[in-house]
Amino acid sequence: MEGDLKKGLEACPQLLDLIANEREWLVKEGGGEANGFGVAEERKLELRLAPPGEEDWVEEKEKRVEHSVKSILPLGHLSKVAKSNGFNPCSGAKRGFLGAVEPNPEGFAQQQSGLLHLQSKAGMEKEQQSTERKASGPPIAVTAENVAVSINSSQARTATTPIVGWPPIRSFRKNIASSSRPGLGTQNVSSETAAKFEDDKKGLFVKINMDGIPIGRKVDLKAYNNYEKLSLAVDELFSALLSAQRDPVANGGQKNAKEKETISTGLLDGSGEYTLVYEDEEGDKMLVGDVPWDMFISTAKRLRVLKSSNLSASSLRSVSRKRTATEC
Amino acid sequence: MTYFPEEVVEHIFDYLVSHRDRNSVSLVCKAWYRVERSSRRSLFVGNCYSVRPERVPARFPCVRSLSVKGKPHFADFNLVPPDWGGFAMPWIAAAARGLPDLEELRFKRMVVSDESLELLARSFPNLRSLVLVSCEGFSTDGLAAIATHCRLLRELDLQENEVEDRGPQWLSCFSDSCTSIESLNFACLKGEVNAGALERLVARCPNLRSLRLNRAISVESLSKILARSPHLVDLGTGSFTADHRSESYYMLIIALQKCKSLRSLSGFWDASPRCLPAVYPICANLTSLNLSYAPAIQGADLIKLIRHCWKLQRLWVLDCIGDKGLAVVASTCRELQELRVFPSDVFGAGTACVTEEGLVAVSAGCPKLHSLLYFCHQMTNAALVTVAKNCPKFIRFRLCILEPRKPDPVTNQPLDEGFGAIVKSCKDLRRLSVSGLLTDRVFLYIGMYAERLEMLSIAFAGDSDKGMVYVLNGCKNLRKLEIRDSPFGDAALLADVGKYEAMRSLWMSSCDVTLGGCKALAAKMPRLNVEIIDERDEGDEMEENLTDLHKVEKMYVYRTVGGPRNDAPHFVWTV
Repeated sequence: MEGDLKKGLEACPQLLDLIANEREWLVKEGGGEANGFGVAEERKLELRLAPPGEEDWVEEKEKRVEHSVKSILPLGHLSKVAKSNGFNPCSGAKRGFLGAVEPNPEGFAQQQSGLLHLQSKAGMEKEQQSTERKASGPPIAVTAENVAVSINSSQARTATTPIVGWPPIRSFRKNIASSSRPGLGTQNVSSETAAKFEDDKKGLFVKINMDGIPIGRKVDLKAYNNYEKLSLAVDELFSALLSAQRDPVANGGQKNAKEKETISTGLLDGSGEYTLVYEDEEGDKMLVGDVPWDMFISTAKRLRVLKSSNLSASSLRSVSRKRTATEC
Repeated sequence: MTYFPEEVVEHIFDYLVSHRDRNSVSLVCKAWYRVERSSRRSLFVGNCYSVRPERVPARFPCVRSLSVKGKPHFADFNLVPPDWGGFAMPWIAAAARGLPDLEELRFKRMVVSDESLELLARSFPNLRSLVLVSCEGFSTDGLAAIATHCRLLRELDLQENEVEDRGPQWLSCFSDSCTSIESLNFACLKGEVNAGALERLVARCPNLRSLRLNRAISVESLSKILARSPHLVDLGTGSFTADHRSESYYMLIIALQKCKSLRSLSGFWDASPRCLPAVYPICANLTSLNLSYAPAIQGADLIKLIRHCWKLQRLWVLDCIGDKGLAVVASTCRELQELRVFPSDVFGAGTACVTEEGLVAVSAGCPKLHSLLYFCHQMTNAALVTVAKNCPKFIRFRLCILEPRKPDPVTNQPLDEGFGAIVKSCKDLRRLSVSGLLTDRVFLYIGMYAERLEMLSIAFAGDSDKGMVYVLNGCKNLRKLEIRDSPFGDAALLADVGKYEAMRSLWMSSCDVTLGGCKALAAKMPRLNVEIIDERDEGDEMEENLTDLHKVEKMYVYRTVGGPRNDAPHFVWTV
């Protein structure tokens, strides 16, 4: 990060040059992130939200609302309008279209931490961008809506909905981004996520390991539509391996049948010799069977068949805590 | 010229290709009018309500190619209510009666019903080409009728239409003896298509050069189709979704490599970045690339792909290409003529972003750039001045800054000077869309300098009537003017009423024009239709409470020799 900071600071002198040579546009060579807001950012530091300045912001907001409602942007009004435009803390941030929205002081308070991130200095562009990426999606979108004043309300059209027919693109283009992504707020659709698209269509394979068996397997969660079928599948995957490990010589059918019963019996309710757990997107270990099937297959990343005796008290506790947490 | 026999004059007229030239010669004298009339093969009607359909075969009995446009441009953005009009049926019916030898038909922004497609299919045995752009009102049943009856069909081109899906059987309606297809575009169809029928059709049409598949076509089908048609010049890839480790992806690579003639690619509906390398081997030949339907392909992957496409002349992308990606375009695609950058994340605060930097880079690297459609989050005057200097050849310059009325973020000034530089420098500019914070000054510049301007789109701009008057007074060649959410009122509307007869149409919505102003305009100019579109449901309230001072929400004015419409819905009122 410090390296980033230094890079950012090195970039600063060039930015200052741009300000001095306002009349000449120096074409930047492609290096560096898209930081068209560089120079603008310097300017905006004067008008930015200071962290302790919540009250200041509310005052400013009220002033601006007055202005925008009064005027239809005559030329003389430009400086005020410009100020209110310049104020926007999200300028330069990757902000999409903003409808004319009334600011919401309560909403602001919630988003203040997000704003603080956005208000970092120009020199820390890279850090700012990575923070934005983390805190992207809903927080920023809501922040932008809450904070940006309805500058466009010259005809007192202070609607909270997006403007009809704006931006001027065909309807099917408006849906393109949302129809392909798995969910909102996923920025930086990386190759991993894109690979997930492919996986979604082809099947949901997750690794599954079993205590005491060195070889892991893969199971396609999409091939089943309930926990019972999964449990039987787990049986099929491991029973042979298990029996071979336990008794490499004796391979009687009877014994196999017994083994089969052994694995899947009580697999899901903790009453059997084995218990099935899974790891979710956040890396937490959860008991399989708690959540609805569809939710399970969308969050499960790995499966594990544990010996029930290995389920320590502490891990069980953390699992149940997590459960209650997710239920909230 | 009067002592030349008519055949000679006709032969000379054969060399006149443009509609305008032919229109001009028909005005010279009666003899030339007669000759031109009977030798006219191709007719273009820019506004379907400017003339009654029955006039067409009467006036030009030998037309073989007819192109008609319906709704105003802002209909693309849902500003025109559905059922406003623009019906294709009267045109098809009139042509069926008077022009049975019709070979080519093109409709844009019109309502085309299945019945009209049936009539079309049965009425024109020589139909070679049917092109429907941004139309609606029909289903795959209508397409089935076309496929069944148009035995000589060479081209079926469906661009961005709203088509109701009634099943995949339409494609199977092409008879087994149909071998003439050269161009087939069904990319806009939402439903499944019979892949086997498609493969067989492709196999028996040796002249097939352009094929645009819809999203439902899998990579497996694509490979098989490409194997049958290695001479394709233009391909819409369909979904392009494959597991890059799979057999089908491997087959695709092989099939694509054989397509040495491919020059144009589009589609990529669900493409993931890992599948793109299949395309690399043919990139060096590409002149046209459309990746604007593929949001999963982000900047880095776009860059990798574009680095291979050094012959590109036309590029359509999403703004996730970023300024960085545009810099790569600038250094790689030296032949670029047309660039369109669409917004990928319209409602949220996504990371996708292009700014003025990207545009400046492209202008510096691509001197042949003449057509631009650019959606961005911000623009500066300085950047526009630079772009104007770098690219004086712009014919179409459409800039959309996503936030209405946004000023130059560096100087906080309006963008008047920037756009002024564009119109001053680009003497051949025919189409312009402005955005951002703009005062009347920009319209002064446009009126002064944009002599060749034919179409101007204005949104959230201007301060007073003066702005609009500058444009009406200045732009001699103005044909279409569309304005929304700008403070232009009756004084501007009535400043130069004669102008509107020299133009195709004027659209004004959410401006300050009043009912009284519209009435005055209609009274002065009987050969204009002044339509008021009022979508409120309370019809009674409308009649009682409306005074002349009432501001009109949507107004559409166009010249016509056909009189007021007889097919207007209740919410459209011709004053």
